[in-house]
Amino acid sequence: MNSDWNKDLKIKFTVQDPCQIVRKSYGDPIAEDLRFVVKSVVGEENFIDMQPNRSNNYCCGGGGGFLQSGFKEERLKYGILKDRQIKDTGADYCIAGCHNCHAQIHELSEHYGGNYPVVHLWTLICLSLGVLGPNEREYLGEDLKDVNVFHPETAL
Amino acid sequence: MAETVIQLGNKKRKSAFLNKVKELLPEGGNLNACLTCGLCASGCPATGLADMDPRKFLRMAALGMDEEIAASDWPWMCTMCQRCIYACPMKIDIPQLIFNARALRPREQRPVGILGSCDMALRNDSCSAMGATPEDFEFVVDDVLEEYREAQPEFADMEAPIDKEGAEFFLNQNSREPVTEPDEMVPLWKILHLAGVNWTYGSKGWGGENYCMFLADDDAWKKTTGLSVAQANDLGVKTYLNTE
Repeated sequence: MNSDWNKDLKIKFTVQDPCQIVRKSYGDPIAEDLRFVVKSVVGEENFIDMQPNRSNNYCCGGGGGFLQSGFKEERLKYGILKDRQIKDTGADYCIAGCHNCHAQIHELSEHYGGNYPVVHLWTLICLSLGVLGPNEREYLGEDLKDVNVFHPETAL
Repeated sequence: MAETVIQLGNKKRKSAFLNKVKELLPEGGNLNACLTCGLCASGCPATGLADMDPRKFLRMAALGMDEEIAASDWPWMCTMCQRCIYACPMKIDIPQLIFNARALRPREQRPVGILGSCDMALRNDSCSAMGATPEDFEFVVDDVLEEYREAQPEFADMEAPIDKEGAEFFLNQNSREPVTEPDEMVPLWKILHLAGVNWTYGSKGWGGENYCMFLADDDAWKKTTGLSVAQANDLGVKTYLNTE
């Protein structure tokens, strides 16, 4: 696994520290593990941390059932902090390792006009391994739809 | 900060809610230790929603304003992310206070979306918030696996087992992928395959969501989680991997 695919593209990534796995479960050491994987996959020079981060990171607003609670206006207001944090990094993409974070940040990106793609970590790992097919790219932006495609002839 | 100040004056209040939660928590959740410093409120993304913040909520509980707490929608806008207790010098367990505040309302008066997702999970043994049955899940997984084994011959030996006895890892799965975007299950399967991991899904309790917990319905939460854990135990797996 390496970041050669991004050596010339230089696409920048930030990562959401999931509250559940970092602050609420394993703390900063697992946040370091997460960064080790992300940097290995996208290249150290292409990773930008949000501020604050790790155990001090802000919740995105997708947790605790908020996504299904019906308080959409409040949920989007809650997410302003997160959206600003992401925009302030200047990154092209936000990686979300947690399913709730993925759904919420994806909505924040569209609602507040940042339009940064929000991507699962598994997608990028497979991209860097050269085994990501054309139909496994739902959340990649246009800039990565055609990069390092595995079995491109299977595109639907 | 929340703008409206707390109105005092009712001396009959007994803080029944706060005392009840204190009995549930180790060290009483330190719920009487608040220094009113405001670190919780200043670092909470939910501060200001529904004219509330974590410090105000705790003060209202301490002052016995149980009815006002039960009437507030704010416990459903707090994600219980624990940033408040992480920042708190006294380690006050405000998130547990919130969780228990959710249970102050009759079940049928809790947010309909969370209620519906919990009820879906209780419908069958999948424990899926989207109501997919074990048969649906098995069909989708097998179908997608077969398709990828053929289309990408390098992965002809890839597995996505359901109920494989003695596997090292039991993996649960968010319902969104099998129900609405099945191709998104594949990258994780590939990673596990390339890493030589011996893993399995369960036909029972595969749904990774836990909306019954968010609903603060302890019995239902215990039932769905218990089903999933029992399946993992029956299969003799060593490690339960919660992908949520």
